[in-house]
Amino acid sequence: MKIFVTYLAAFVVWLLLTWSLDPQEVLAGLAVAALSTYLTRDILVELPPSRPFHPKRYIWFLYYIPVFFWHMLRANLDVAYRVLHPEVPIRPGIVKVRTNLKREISKTMLANSITLTPGTLTVDVVGDFLYVHWINVSTHDPEEQTRIIVSRFERILKEVFE
Amino acid sequence: MSEIGLVLISVGVVFDLFGCIGLVRLPDIYNRLQAATKCVTLGTCMILIGVAFYTGLDAIGVKAIICAVFILLTSPTGAHALARGSHRSGVPLWEGSVGDKYREDKEGGEVHEEA
Repeated sequence: MKIFVTYLAAFVVWLLLTWSLDPQEVLAGLAVAALSTYLTRDILVELPPSRPFHPKRYIWFLYYIPVFFWHMLRANLDVAYRVLHPEVPIRPGIVKVRTNLKREISKTMLANSITLTPGTLTVDVVGDFLYVHWINVSTHDPEEQTRIIVSRFERILKEVFE
Repeated sequence: MSEIGLVLISVGVVFDLFGCIGLVRLPDIYNRLQAATKCVTLGTCMILIGVAFYTGLDAIGVKAIICAVFILLTSPTGAHALARGSHRSGVPLWEGSVGDKYREDKEGGEVHEEA
């Protein structure tokens, strides 16, 4: 099942990239999609354990996109403020936060979301813990740090991927 | 439509510029990665989406949108690999930093042993 989904996705990306329905292009695409699916068979993303095609997942994902872009825009204005300010106001440090997400794919998406949002950059993921470089450490309380850094996306990603 | 595209491209270039200023002004590799990743990802995505608006939904526009999605997925992953790699090969944090949990935990080694 997951192999079929990957194959289909690879083929659709090929069609979009070539943007033509010429039989030669389509045949080449079928072959290339098969090859790339075969080469990545060991690292394919597993489908969610229960109800992988439930519409609720996709609705939550649609909600995730604007939330993500809003935080990303804020992140950029934040960086712009810090680098243009004459004194470069930063208080960096690496903090450790805990996540409730269990699947690899949701942890990956959480780490990527954290990296693109204001002032934080994921350095490593070990088990349930994320090590996050924070450009302006505002509190030393781990609970509070987890609330600020992780919970923005954790709830949405839980609905989408778990 | 092409006006929207030009505006997006201009704003994207400005964000890319902020990212480059950050690369020069911030003190250590981790802070620089922050600036480089965030600004360059959004800036470049805006340039690509601007191209898509400018040309419309043809071969070039669709390629630009696919590139934007790829950058959104790969750029934070690359930053993550760079930060982890530098920490593991001993690049120190800036002396003004307020703590390094990652070093205290021996790069996650202790958690690994617990688990």
